[in-house]
Order: sequence, then C-alpha cells, then structure tokens
Amino acid sequence: MVNKTKLAVFKFASCDGCQLSLLDCEDELLSVADAVDIAYFLEARSRRVEGPYDVGLVEGSITTPGDVGRIQEVRRACKYLVTIGACATAGGIQALRNWANVDDFFRHVYAHPEFISTLNTSTPISDHVAVDFELRGCPISKHQLIELLTALVHHKKPTTPTHSVCVECKKRGTVCVAVAQGIACLGPLTQAGCGDLHTGRGAICPACNRECFGCFGPQDQVNGASLTKFYQQKGIPRQTLVQLTRNFSGYAPEFRQTSDSLEEQEESP
Amino acid sequence: MTSEEEPQPTERRTIEVKAISRVEGEGRLHLRVRGNVIEHVELNIYEPPRFFESFLRGRQIHEVPDITARICGICPVAYQMSSCHALEKALGINVSPEIRLLRRLLYCGEWIESHVLHIYLLHAPDFLGYESGISMAVDHREKVERGLELKKIGNDLLEVLGGRAIHPVNITVGGFYRAPSVRDLKALLPRLEWGLQAALETVHWVSKFEFPDFTWDYDLVSLHHEDEYPLNEGQVASSSGAMIPIEDYENHFQERHVEHSTALYSVKAPDNHFYLTGPLARLNNCHDKLSPICLKVFDQTGLTLPLRNNFQSIVARALEVVYAFDEAIRIVKAYQVEVVPSRTPFELRPGEGCHATEAPRGLLYHRYRIGEDHLIAEAKIVPPTSQNQGQIESDLRSYLPQLLSLESEEIAEKSEHLIRNYDPCISCATHFLKMTIDWNSDSAK
Ligand code: SF4
Ligand code: SF4
Repeated sequence: MVNKTKLAVFKFASCDGCQLSLLDCEDELLSVADAVDIAYFLEARSRRVEGPYDVGLVEGSITTPGDVGRIQEVRRACKYLVTIGACATAGGIQALRNWANVDDFFRHVYAHPEFISTLNTSTPISDHVAVDFELRGCPISKHQLIELLTALVHHKKPTTPTHSVCVECKKRGTVCVAVAQGIACLGPLTQAGCGDLHTGRGAICPACNRECFGCFGPQDQVNGASLTKFYQQKGIPRQTLVQLTRNFSGYAPEFRQTSDSLEEQEESP
Repeated sequence: MTSEEEPQPTERRTIEVKAISRVEGEGRLHLRVRGNVIEHVELNIYEPPRFFESFLRGRQIHEVPDITARICGICPVAYQMSSCHALEKALGINVSPEIRLLRRLLYCGEWIESHVLHIYLLHAPDFLGYESGISMAVDHREKVERGLELKKIGNDLLEVLGGRAIHPVNITVGGFYRAPSVRDLKALLPRLEWGLQAALETVHWVSKFEFPDFTWDYDLVSLHHEDEYPLNEGQVASSSGAMIPIEDYENHFQERHVEHSTALYSVKAPDNHFYLTGPLARLNNCHDKLSPICLKVFDQTGLTLPLRNNFQSIVARALEVVYAFDEAIRIVKAYQVEVVPSRTPFELRPGEGCHATEAPRGLLYHRYRIGEDHLIAEAKIVPPTSQNQGQIESDLRSYLPQLLSLESEEIAEKSEHLIRNYDPCISCATHFLKMTIDWNSDSAK
C-alpha cells in the first residue's frame, strides 16, 4: 500500500468550530478517512499516532505561556503546517484583549486570577512559527477545507480566492447593502470564501440582508481608510466602525491598522 | 468499597488521562487511588480562557449574538438564543409567534446536528469497542453513514434559517435578518421525513447497547414549559422539587472557582450540591411533553422512567433527535407565508435581562445589563458544562470503586467513557463567570 498522507489536527485557544468543519464534511468524511491517515485528531478519535506528520492543521491562537512552547513542537512534528480559521490566522475574537488591560479582564471573571496563567495577548500562529498555508474564516469553509486536503494529497498548491466579498455579492445577484441601504459593510475589505463558491452561493451575510463583518479577514489589497471615511461621511459613528473592524479577524494587520487609525482620529483636533 | 477482613493493598496509583478525547475542547483527568480508597478525583480543564464576558462590555447590542456564538462551534445557536432572549427582556421586546416558531425550528436543527455528532461519532464507539466513529465505520459503515446523513440534515436546516451551520449569521435581537423563503424550507420536508425514520431506528439501535451498572440519584435540572418540550422557554425545574423563574436563577445556582480548573463549578442552593443538566435531565423532567411518536418508541425500548443511569444519556439524546425531527416537520408544514417583518423593531434603552435556554448539553443561562450609553455594561454566561463539571467528578468518585481491580489503563479508559456521557463541551465551559462566592470561604466540596 502506498503511504497515506499522515494528518494531524491541533487545537489552541478556539471554539472548535474550524475542526468541526472537517466532521461536517458529511459527504466526504469517510472518503477523507480512506484517503488520508487521520493520525491525531483529539476531537474525533482516541487513537493517537505519534509524529512526524505530513500535514498539521492548527486551530486556535496562542494565549498561554505553555502554548508558546507547544506550537514549536507542533511545527517540528509537521512537514506542512496549515492554520485553519481566524483564531489561528489572525488571533481570533480573543485578540480583543490585545487592545485592553488583561488584568481588568481577569478580575472581572475570576475570584482567583493567580490560578490562571495566560498571556496579555492572543496572537496568530504565524507570529510564532513558519506557516505554509492559511485557511481563512470564522469558521473556515468546508469546501475550502476539502480543496486544501485534496491539493495536499496530490502535492499541489491549494487554490483559494483572494478577491473581495463584493465580487461574490455581484455573482450571487445580491443587491449591495451599503449602497442601497446605507449599512456599513466590510465586504469591500474582506476576502471571499464564506459561501459555497462551487454552487455560486457566495457572500452569505449581505444575502441575509446585513453587513459583512469581516470574518474571512482582509483580502489582498485593502483600503480601509478610504472605506471608513466614506461611511463616516454617510453618518456612521466612528466607534461603530472601530468595532466593526475589531472583530473575529480584527487583529489581522490591515484591519488592525484601519481600526487603530480610526481611534486616533479622536485625539487629533 | 473497603472491607476490613481483606488485607488492603496500600500501593498508591496515579491514573492520568492527559487529554480527554472525543470531547469539544481540552481537559485532562487526574485520579489518585491508594488501595481501595479514592483519594483524589480531578477533572482539569486547561482550555485557555477567552474572556468573552469581559470583552462583551462596551459592544453594541446587535453584535452580541454574533460574538457569543464564537464561544462554541458545536452549539452556537444555544448562545445566540440565550443572548437574544435575555437582551429582548432587557429591551422589552416581544417577538411574534411566527418568529418564536422559527427560532424553535432553528434550535431543532442544532439539537439534531449536535446530538447526532455525539451519538454516532463520539459516544457509540465506546459501547461497541472502537476508538472513534471513523474506525467504527469499518465494521458498521451503514450506521455511520446514516449518522452522517442525519447530521447533515440538521446542518442544512441551520443553513436555510441561519445562512451558515457553524456560527449562523442570520440571527439577531428581535428575530432574523431575513426570514427563510417558504420554498427553501418546504424543500427540506422529504429529508426531514426520512430523518424522522432514521432517528427512530437510532433509538432502537442505541437502546440495545450494554450499559454499565451505575445509577445515581441525581438532582436533575432543566427548563420546564407548560405546553411543550423545553427549547427556548420555560422555568427552571429540578427533580428535587423546585420550580424557579429564570429571573431567580442566580439566587439558587452559584459558581465557584477552584485551583485545578480554568472553568468554574456550579452548585445549587441551599446545601451547595452538584446537579445534572442535559438530555437525561430534560427527559426525566419533561417526558410528558414529548410527542406521541417519541413516547411510543421509548415504550418499545423496554426502558422505564425515571432513567437514572447516565450511560443511557445516549438513549435520551436519540429520543430528543426524534423529537427534533418531529417538531421540525410540524413547524415546516405550518410555515405557509414568509414572516414579515422578520424582526421586531425596537428602541434602544438601558435595562437588564436574563434568560436560559436548553443547549444540547443542558441549561445555558445569560444575563446582560445595558448601560445609559446603550452598550453592554455587564454580561454573565453560565454554560451547561460548567454546571455539570462538579457532577462529573462526583460520578467518577462513585463509579471508580467498581473499576479498581482493573489495570490503570483500563480504569483511565472507562473513566473517559463516563465523562463522555456528559458530552462535555469544554470550550464552552471555560468562558468564565463573574465570581460571586469565594471557593475557599465556602464549604462546597
Ligand atoms: S476561527 Fe472562529 S470558528 Fe474557527 S475556532 Fe476560531 S472562533 Fe471558532
Ligand atoms: S462576515 Fe463577511 S466573510 Fe464572514 S460570513 Fe459574513 S459575509 Fe462572509
């Protein structure tokens, strides 16, 4: 028998939603299990095959001193390391702590903060080790995940879109919520991929009659300053825009820069 | 139990499950046994804290269901539903009966998806001797395929109503951003009908498993509603007799912080005892609200209520899947006209509101205070697993004596089985609660 690709799934600070996407590939799960050796995947199986692994999927962000060390071990054990989701790729929603005083966060939640060891920041995996590929989304799209696994088994580079959510709205025939209803939408800055691109069901939020809030992170070329200026001219409060950009992918550099410069505006006269 | 006559081996054994598998999130188990004496049982949740309650402060009302969904990828709807209802109470919003039904339908989708995942991929392998659903599929391919198809129908229902199965985007305070089209919902009917039959077969299948001999006199806590099996509404009922309005929840249930865990432990007043939430609690407390088809199939299993063996939670879960399909079919059939407006309009104002709904794993309580600036001033969230955590440890203490003649490795494995009865969702359990009582200054054990 040919050696099967040895796959491992690791978790750091996260909600488990991205790894669940793999189990949610109901039609493909058993064929995936036939095609690759799922050697380590705690959420799904008790069997644990030791590394090294061909492919490591990493969910979650780095938020504790222990995890800083563990991600190094994970990196050493994996030939290819792929981050899955906004937590692993951009720090996740828990990266909101990066703008706050973590001591306050602590005391709000615990009677005994001294029992807990955590970092002041939530950072993406690529801040700590080299990453070979990133899957965007909160959660990732299972169609992209299948595309990724197929490509890796065939030693190809996976293809995922780098264009904006707006393009998907046009393809789907969704009327622009920003233009038609004056809703502040992050679609122009956000990378496509949330819908099922194969069946043309792209960009799910505007199709639900609401704004995109950027869960797939920034697309290739963003101009956050220009978009937020436009929304401000339409009367959307600055703080609303700060929070819109500080979301599930808020700590991604392009979004971070956009929200930070919005915040600085206040200080300038 | 220890006996006087037999010489006691005094050798001390430490048994560890370093990472509990087939659960959501990360936890480990630490047991210490000397001879026949259980010295120490510790379920250690090391899932890193994510501080949801802290960073919800200052956010806008409409962002809350999107953010709280991210607490858990397996039961995001539960978080969205508890937060929407709590905020609606704070704002004095009453949603229309049509929206109420659609929310019930949404919850059915989550129960199906989450329960089926647990039954087929995580829990059943324990009874049949496999390390995962994936290896179980080698010998039981059609069963696993049936499970995957059932789960998919739950996910498809979530997609039609919520736009996406994991972290739905269409849920908001007051209702839905966009009501589903009659056509999209009706298109699901044939598969829901198939699902109902497959769910009935699931009950027959799991009720024939061999269950370890372990019953316990749990204090079972769940919502209870006069007219229906509880999903989104009801009062908090306990098998020890209490019927508590949700507004009083915090007077009866409190959380403690212990050193070995990043999650908090819940206890129930007046004597600070542990209690059980989840499918077994709901089934025992609310069985008279199940639909006739559920009662009939339960009858056929030969099991009787009260069901006090938590290994049989898999049967309760399977019954709830039947209920969810049955209820979903009823709601979809009744859905003749698209709901307009799809969300109840409201004015922002300061206020406070709390609410609990029935997540697949049990009662999920949220409370919010909205400040003068119309932003969230305070948030409190009590997830089911942190409520069950004390009971899990207590179950282990009672169950372990049966296992002590086994090799350490087997004890570890069997303990893991017991933990899986709870379908613990550790990711949820670790987004903490604001403490009201200091563990050290209290007598809870
Ligand atoms: S990216 Fe989103 S879905 Fe994925 S683990 Fe993080 S919070 Fe969950
Ligand atoms: S927030 Fe944007 S990227 Fe995320 S699901 Fe909605 S439309 Fe897609």
